[in-house]
Amino acid sequence: MTENTIDRGRPGLSERRKRYSVFSLARQARNYHQGWQQAWRHAAPKSSYDAVIIGGGGHGLATAYYLASVHGMTNIAVLEKGWLGGGNTGRNTTIIRSNYLWDESASIYEHALKLWEGLAQDLNFNIMFSQRGVLTIAHSEHELKEMSRRVHAIRLNGIDSEILGPSEIKSFVPIINIDPSIRYPVMGGFLQRRGGTARHDAVAWGYARAADDLGVDIIQNCEVTGITRQGQRLTGIQTNQGYIKTRRAGCVVAGHSSLLAEMAGIRLPIASRPLQALVSEPIKPILDTVIMSNAVHMYISQSDKGEMVLGAGVDKYNSYAQRGSFPVPEHMLSAAVELFPVLSRLRMLRHWGGIVDTCPDASPILSKTDIKGLYFNCGWGTGGFKATPGSGHVFADLIANDRPNKIALPYALNRFETGLLIDEHGAAGVAH
Amino acid sequence: MSRKKLKANPMRIAVGGSRIDTSQPLSFTFDGRSYTGFKGDTLASALLANNVHLTGRSFKYHRPRGIMAAGAEEPNALVSVGTGARLEPNLKATQVELYDGLSARSQNRFPSLRFDLGAVNSLFGRFFPAGFYYKTFMWPASFWMTYEHFIRHAAGLGRVSDEHNDPDRYERMHAHFDIVIAGGGMAGLMAALQAGVSGQHVLLAEDMPVLGGWLNSVKDMHIDALAATDWADRAAERLQQMGNVTILKRTTLFGYNDHNYLLLAERVSDHMAEKPGHLPRQRLWKVRARQVILATGAVERPLTFASNDLPGVMLASAAQTYLHHYGVLAGQRAVLMTNNDAAWHSAFDLHEAGCGVRLIIDTRAAPAAALLRRAEALGIAVRAGACVTAAHGGTRIARIEVASTDVDATRVTSDTEHYDCDLLLMSGGLNPLVHLHSQARGKLKWDEKTHCFRPSGVHEAEQSIGACNGTFGPASALREACAAAVRAVKANGGDAVLAECPSVTAASFNWSPMPVWELPSGHPAGRGGKAFVDFQNDVTAEDIRLAVREGYHSVEHVKRYTTTGMATDQGKTSNINALALLAEARGTDIPSVGTTTFRLPYSPTSIGMIAGRDIGGLFDPVRTTPMDGWHRRNSAKFEHVGQWMRAWYYPKDGESMEQAVSREVRAARTTAGLLDASTLGKIDIKGPDAAEFLNRIYTNSWLRLGIGKCRYGLMCKDDGMVMDDGVTTRLADDHFHMTTTTGGAARVLDWLEEWLQTEWPELQVYLTSVTEQWAVATLSGPAARDILQAAGTDIDLSDENFSFMSMKEGYVSGLPARLFRISFTGELSYEINVPARYGQALWTVLMNAGAPFGLTPYGTEAMHVLRAEKGFIIVGQETDGTVTPHDLDMGWIVSDKKPDFIGKRALARQSMAAHDRKQLVGLLTTDPAQVIPEGAHAVLDPLQQPPVDMLGQITSSYFSPTIGRSIAMALLKGGRGLSGQKVYIPMLDGTDTIEATVTSTQFYDPKGERLNGKS
Amino acid sequence: MLQINCPFCGPRDESEFTCGGEAHISRPLAENCLSDKEFADYLFYRHNPKGLFLERWRHAAGCRRWFNIARDTHSHEIIEVYAMGSKPKTAAARKAYEQNWRRGTAAEAAARIGANPAGANPAGAKQKNRSGK
Repeated sequence: MTENTIDRGRPGLSERRKRYSVFSLARQARNYHQGWQQAWRHAAPKSSYDAVIIGGGGHGLATAYYLASVHGMTNIAVLEKGWLGGGNTGRNTTIIRSNYLWDESASIYEHALKLWEGLAQDLNFNIMFSQRGVLTIAHSEHELKEMSRRVHAIRLNGIDSEILGPSEIKSFVPIINIDPSIRYPVMGGFLQRRGGTARHDAVAWGYARAADDLGVDIIQNCEVTGITRQGQRLTGIQTNQGYIKTRRAGCVVAGHSSLLAEMAGIRLPIASRPLQALVSEPIKPILDTVIMSNAVHMYISQSDKGEMVLGAGVDKYNSYAQRGSFPVPEHMLSAAVELFPVLSRLRMLRHWGGIVDTCPDASPILSKTDIKGLYFNCGWGTGGFKATPGSGHVFADLIANDRPNKIALPYALNRFETGLLIDEHGAAGVAH
Repeated sequence: MSRKKLKANPMRIAVGGSRIDTSQPLSFTFDGRSYTGFKGDTLASALLANNVHLTGRSFKYHRPRGIMAAGAEEPNALVSVGTGARLEPNLKATQVELYDGLSARSQNRFPSLRFDLGAVNSLFGRFFPAGFYYKTFMWPASFWMTYEHFIRHAAGLGRVSDEHNDPDRYERMHAHFDIVIAGGGMAGLMAALQAGVSGQHVLLAEDMPVLGGWLNSVKDMHIDALAATDWADRAAERLQQMGNVTILKRTTLFGYNDHNYLLLAERVSDHMAEKPGHLPRQRLWKVRARQVILATGAVERPLTFASNDLPGVMLASAAQTYLHHYGVLAGQRAVLMTNNDAAWHSAFDLHEAGCGVRLIIDTRAAPAAALLRRAEALGIAVRAGACVTAAHGGTRIARIEVASTDVDATRVTSDTEHYDCDLLLMSGGLNPLVHLHSQARGKLKWDEKTHCFRPSGVHEAEQSIGACNGTFGPASALREACAAAVRAVKANGGDAVLAECPSVTAASFNWSPMPVWELPSGHPAGRGGKAFVDFQNDVTAEDIRLAVREGYHSVEHVKRYTTTGMATDQGKTSNINALALLAEARGTDIPSVGTTTFRLPYSPTSIGMIAGRDIGGLFDPVRTTPMDGWHRRNSAKFEHVGQWMRAWYYPKDGESMEQAVSREVRAARTTAGLLDASTLGKIDIKGPDAAEFLNRIYTNSWLRLGIGKCRYGLMCKDDGMVMDDGVTTRLADDHFHMTTTTGGAARVLDWLEEWLQTEWPELQVYLTSVTEQWAVATLSGPAARDILQAAGTDIDLSDENFSFMSMKEGYVSGLPARLFRISFTGELSYEINVPARYGQALWTVLMNAGAPFGLTPYGTEAMHVLRAEKGFIIVGQETDGTVTPHDLDMGWIVSDKKPDFIGKRALARQSMAAHDRKQLVGLLTTDPAQVIPEGAHAVLDPLQQPPVDMLGQITSSYFSPTIGRSIAMALLKGGRGLSGQKVYIPMLDGTDTIEATVTSTQFYDPKGERLNGKS
Repeated sequence: MLQINCPFCGPRDESEFTCGGEAHISRPLAENCLSDKEFADYLFYRHNPKGLFLERWRHAAGCRRWFNIARDTHSHEIIEVYAMGSKPKTAAARKAYEQNWRRGTAAEAAARIGANPAGANPAGAKQKNRSGK
């Protein structure tokens, strides 16, 4: 159920802003790069805004950008506790795809994918969206059946997806091991060619620069300490940089959603879990696509810099420590070497963890709350990055119009009362 | 040693190094050329001994690079080592231990190291400042994939081998220690001695092949009147004699995790010319330590000035290490550029050894008089209050420009003078290696005196001592080591036997450098040559300022925008300089800029070692049934079901899967078939409250089930969704035998245990998994009774005595057995359970007895068809965690009398009654020959363009040999309301659409008349 | 990798255990006539504090017994391990128990009613453990 025309807002930048291009680069080179503008102003909070976005990650900045560019709300601010993109935006493995099983998921992720296409031009910032394809591998007869179910649904939703056999997979991914005698042999897979990766930091920076250009105040090192309301109506936000009056606030603070909710006196069905990832030392290109395997719990791609980027599933217990347990990467690397023996003689360079919101049905929450004017965008689990533009676009619409649109509707909080969940567990395989 | 060997090593001094065995020459090749080194060399020291300085090209600008350091901090000298499947890229020459026949190649250059076409990049360097790629490559939009192709091939460092299968073996060790000490230098050795004599169980891990650390790099230092290296050797001997101390050399503590869980990488045979078969290549140590002592030392900071990356520009301490540890002169016409006293002593050593130090340049206007006197005595010229403004040279430094500066070394105040040199020593002060302390979530504090970050405040049971704690003086480091060890022993409840803290005689000097983070060049900002901060990633001081100018103020933003500190040296030499330049550009101080978090690994760590042996056959266990051998002997094809391998079908000569399956199905319907059902989960449930427990777990009623009777049960999660199903039998008043799905067995046992232990502890029930204890053969078909009779059993099989849904115990051809008369095929059938060890025997007996009747073994596929013909569901195929019993049209099994059961309240939620929920229905294709692919989706309007409104998916679909047409089950929105209607199933190729009619799911024998074997 | 002190087996690596999430959740009975919203508090809503958290663990690769621990979700420090069916003893953990929003939910109140008189409800569910009474 994906819509076909999207209001992308005003493309490019105002005249106030020096555009990026090969020519500006050359011009700046002549004066030794002394003349570049700040990508965004380091604004101080005003006493009041029409709307405040709490959380300066990709989703929050995208929300602010679309509020300004699509809905014309420019008297707004983004409050970031630390540095822009310092949460999961800067810690994920940057996989982008929209080949989800359920209509509701396909709808929002495809909405996002359409926005990814052309986003660099919209923002005048090269976010390096690389449509190198995302290939999901099946390792058993049962998985082949699940794959068939997914591909049929994805296709009927008008999203590109094709099934590959082991030999086609081998020619598409020469370093993969398709020996039928391995413990979980490669029996087939399905490929979304429009999927791929993007430069995660650049997404945050690009949105910040474009939002700033539209007049949005981006305020870093600004921690929210309280949410004030009169009865069930939002009146303002307390921060370590003072009180901000506003009647609308959108919370987009993956990992810490429950804490924000607590400040507002509401509850979310969310658990904060560590999600780990790692990269190898950079090598010359050996992998030109993204590979995911739910059966052996790992996904892998190669960054433009040459590092092999690997991720796995979430850790099993709640944590806000941005660090996970070693058995997770350990198992992930066994799986990786099993499928890609060439990795055995590479070396792990960096390893890190993020905190992800996990929902009972492994689907996000984009919702109004019992407090009028307070909205939450959270619960993206391990899959948030790929949704960034779509999430921001839909959330901006929700805040601007105080009602969910067709895409957001199924993601309302009340689904946990009615039981109308969007269960992306199991069959769909949510590991990214 | 002979003259000849020395000739082979022009830069090797005759006395040899403290750790070089000149009696053991080794030959190796670099870029195809042969050289000689000695036992104890690293690749770096051996290359320097052969006067080879150019070792690689830089990442972005392809600038010539040489050896700058002597350890893990080396940013430049990256090489590929080994051949064939053993080739390993990106190794630091300073860490590669030399062995005979070692073959190394330089990286990131084409066609050759000396002449690299990529060097053209540095001509256009001005056009690629930090982050340039974010600003271009956007037009035309469709071209990014093309740009990216070239960017990717320009990036990356080494290449992987063409042979992908790693021939080497890796191992894991799990261990517990009272005290783990990281670093076998002076402080580490001392702490180990102190902990050792106190009887603690100690692990001492040293990164290098030899103990002693910095002691191997000094000359004029004595501990307890012994030469430093002799004291180290003596200490090592004493430790080796202690049974309670384990020493691991060539071992890096690379990961410090929660609760003192440590990860160490031991390089067991990397340094051996011949890899012995009995040894692994590397060993991953997983250690739980009660106390940890970090003694990882410090690394010297480079200075930032134009072309500070030329080969021949080297850290002063590194040159000193090459001299004393390896006996190698890094040059013959050296100059020192420093801001601190320590480096002067390096220069003096090097001069006395023949490095020909001709000039010492110090940013400080008034260096200590003692230093000046000694320099004068050695005939070394001194330029105080001056600095190098630029270095020049092709593939090695040849010349430097020097100028006087103002007192804070921020401005050039004189014209530049030129000096020739072949070696430029630089020293910007010391950085304690606080990585592990930081990994352990310890805090860092900026020290205004020594201008470095020091540990302050620990999170785990951990202490830092010596240089990694910012304690640079040897005497105080030793005292610190003793004290720390005593604290650790006491914390472990041990008695600290005080070891004598040794006395030290060494040149004492002031450890406080002058804070100079970038030497003035005399050029306006952005002009002049490139002054590198992160050498490997080609990040310059100007790049850092550019980032700040563009608004990237946070240290994390600068790191990510410029990539400083993100290279394979993980910023060991660049971090502090970058921080300082960032602070300067932001007009603030270093502490308020803060640091980035250090994470594991401390240095790059082999992926193969971490994967260990959990690959190939050991990746995950394979479970097989007791009859597995028979299936294999009879050419069964297998399918993966969780960890199980189940017989899928048994093709006879030349049969296709379809042919084999329909033969097996027909046999079960006309005579009899035999299925290996051993994988079914089986749980033995005992206890006075067993019936009550089942009554709460299953949706139907269990209190009144008679002894010896079987009942089908469905269990839901507490959200009302179907979780598992199976037949459970009452063996005695307080004893049940539960069966679960094959895949659900473990999950269900855990589920039951959880409710028992956490919610209903008052229930007296005991659960035991008996899945592996029983082998199960399901004999199914009209002839089942006769075959069982023929096999010989003492059980009266008559309907009267042994009715459907009951269980009898007895013997089958002498084998003790439990017979369950239950049916998943709709035919007369017996699930014969025997102790697992009789499984194969039972199977053979039945096959023999059944031969005259035409008994046919059937696999899981035929089993699926048989149950589908009857409309029986399979949890996991008809369900996916979103399906309720009502959705399956199984309301009949949901008791409305019971006040509660798991899932009851959730099923009462108003939305659960919605008419458009997906409901299980049957589908009959209009063309009986067409079999709908499983997973395909049904729609009402075949002509609708995507996105299409889908009714739901086909969950099971087969050609039914019994009915002679295709049958299918599907979960369709409002399915039961569609009964009799046509639906359409679009195919993936988009061309053709299958038409089908919605029907009941009971395709065959709806009245269930065949259960008694009457055909 | 946490080290968890199994009350039955002693200190073991985290990898031997499975985590069962929030402890002290009372299960209401079907007849407790809660609204769907109130029931959701039991079914889906979980406490998710940054700081001390009372959670259930099971020594899956050991004695297979369930028990409770009080663990800080930021420092990962475990300040108390205590038996199923009992409440924490340390002051900090007791505070965490009392301050959990769940104490005020209709689901828990209903479960408490359901809990006594013992045997009053054929389906059992005497709220022994999770609620820690």
